Amino acid sequence: MTDRKDFLKAYSGEPLRFMEVCGTHTAEISRNGITELLPPEISLISGPGCPVCVTVTDYIDRLVWLARQPETTVVSFGDLLRVPGSRESLADARADGGSVKMAYSPLDILKMAKSEPKRTYVFAAVGFETTAPVYAVLLENAIAQGIENIRLLTSLKTMPPVIDWVCGNGSRIDGFLAPGHVSVITGSHVFQKLAEKHGLPFVIAGFDGEQLLAAVYTLVKCRGRAGAVNLYRSAVTEEGNKRAQAAVEHFFEPCGAAWRGIGIIPSSGLRLREAYARFDAGSMGLDSDREHNPLCRCAQILTGAQTPVSCPLFGTECTPQHPQGACMVSAEGSCYQYAVHHRKR
Amino acid sequence: MKITMAHGSGGKETSGLISEIFAHYFDNPVLARMEDSGIVDGAERIALTTDSFVVTPLFFPGGDIGRLSICGTVNDLLMSGAVPRYLTCGFILEEGADTEVLKRVAQSMAQTANEAGVSIVAGDTKVIEGNGGIYINTAGVGFVRSGIEIGAGNCRGGDAVLVSGELGDHHAAILSARMQIENTIRSDCAPLNDMVEALIKNGIEIHAMRDITRGGLATIAGEFARASGCCIELEEKRLPVNEQVKAFCGILGLDPLYMGNEGKMAVVVAEKDEQRALQCLKESRYGENAAAVGHVTHRENGMVLMKTAIGGTRVVPELMGEGLPRIC
Repeated sequence: MTDRKDFLKAYSGEPLRFMEVCGTHTAEISRNGITELLPPEISLISGPGCPVCVTVTDYIDRLVWLARQPETTVVSFGDLLRVPGSRESLADARADGGSVKMAYSPLDILKMAKSEPKRTYVFAAVGFETTAPVYAVLLENAIAQGIENIRLLTSLKTMPPVIDWVCGNGSRIDGFLAPGHVSVITGSHVFQKLAEKHGLPFVIAGFDGEQLLAAVYTLVKCRGRAGAVNLYRSAVTEEGNKRAQAAVEHFFEPCGAAWRGIGIIPSSGLRLREAYARFDAGSMGLDSDREHNPLCRCAQILTGAQTPVSCPLFGTECTPQHPQGACMVSAEGSCYQYAVHHRKR
Repeated sequence: MKITMAHGSGGKETSGLISEIFAHYFDNPVLARMEDSGIVDGAERIALTTDSFVVTPLFFPGGDIGRLSICGTVNDLLMSGAVPRYLTCGFILEEGADTEVLKRVAQSMAQTANEAGVSIVAGDTKVIEGNGGIYINTAGVGFVRSGIEIGAGNCRGGDAVLVSGELGDHHAAILSARMQIENTIRSDCAPLNDMVEALIKNGIEIHAMRDITRGGLATIAGEFARASGCCIELEEKRLPVNEQVKAFCGILGLDPLYMGNEGKMAVVVAEKDEQRALQCLKESRYGENAAAVGHVTHRENGMVLMKTAIGGTRVVPELMGEGLPRIC
């Protein structure tokens, strides 16, 4: 490891920009102090890897509206509660009498729905390839147990299309730290394809400090070359988790999806198949996005065009206590991570 | 028997409850007088504290609400350099609470009070509408030893930072019980008299001392750094964390640095006393996994820094919001 550290510290070649597209990687890079070990020539940029951060305001607005409907409760993961919609967040709606509950797992909703059959429970189904299988399991269980008062408001997204978009839209990235949890489900082959298409190195890595350092080292070593390198062999295979893939495939089909700051990317989302449309809470067409604060730079930050510290609101008007944009709300958002760890780069 | 509103009426049922459970288990001469106040001996300087306990479940691996209600208050007194002496306890019982459960709780309180060398000298019971819940408030009085000046603002450059054992056990045990995750993680809930006694008896120069509860070591280190206008530098590699707790936190995306214990403390001692203090902790009850985890410096005053396992440095932020499991 010392060799790698020395190698990276001594790097003085052309500037390199590597992007990580996994919220947990973003958080762990800060937590391990990785950027401290890199020379100024190597930048790590947080891409659209946090599911909460890439959620558009239309989606939040719809949840807020649902929370105010009679006999309806919105159930959500904790970090989505404070994401601002165009006027309100779910937390605001709750304080104002809306029915909003927090859950640790989507499966928690089964018990709630069972105990109050007349009330409709809507789960705020955000997430990437990693979380989608859990929604599939939820629906399997709901059907098996005959629970009909469950709905999903889906904002499910898939990684390869957005990475493809970032590569094709002038972000000048020299390589990707491929999303760790996502790779477990999709397998490494999807990143091999992207690597070949864009002539870039992709490294799949786990989450501890040594793995992350090894990943950056490998990216520097492989710069300019196309190919996916898997450093996370204990969890990631070439083909991925076939069972999870099949469960998702059974309930969901690809669709265009709106990404905060990017717009609609074709086939980058998942929606419920026609046969299961009865479980949908009106997820289609939630595509518009309005920044809560016009100076917010979340959109540019998510695509690597700017860093959190270059946003005019960062650290002044926008703080973890009073977030203006989604990247500051989520604990895996890049602005939040820069703010709490006092990261400068 | 179930608790009913009558048990809170102040009449026959109330006195029955008190004599059969509380007076029975907490028995001591001051309480036995059953006066409006317990009258006790005094000291020149006393430490006074109070804490309320609303934990669910009431019983968990390694402890229960009763043991917790004694440890929490006793440890707060100990951390001020006081010798804990007297406790009061207030019970808020919801209708439907089971007296057998209440007995087990009172018994556990009595045992823990005995271990911690305190007497429960006054109490109160209220019954409210509800669904069988039990809540406890304890207040405690301790006698402050002469010549002891311990305070969060007393840390100085060069001081050593020690913790008395593994981080996050209580928090992980409670979360496991609530989420019905099976493991063998146990709460570390314990009174810390023995280790504090050992430090003081051996003449260790203690500058600051806190029991590690909600908010974890990160929160305490932050309080020390801000109050003393200095920097606390921790070393990730030295932080003691039980392997199972580590794995549990990994799965849920939690950080043991922010998780609560109920039987651990962080202590800042003069540089010269680091090794002796560590030995005192290791040799005392509940301190076998104690570790020296960092130092006080003036690198970034008011901040906590962490030297990470791979040799990087990061700022340890204050805890914000509730620690939530990640979603991806």
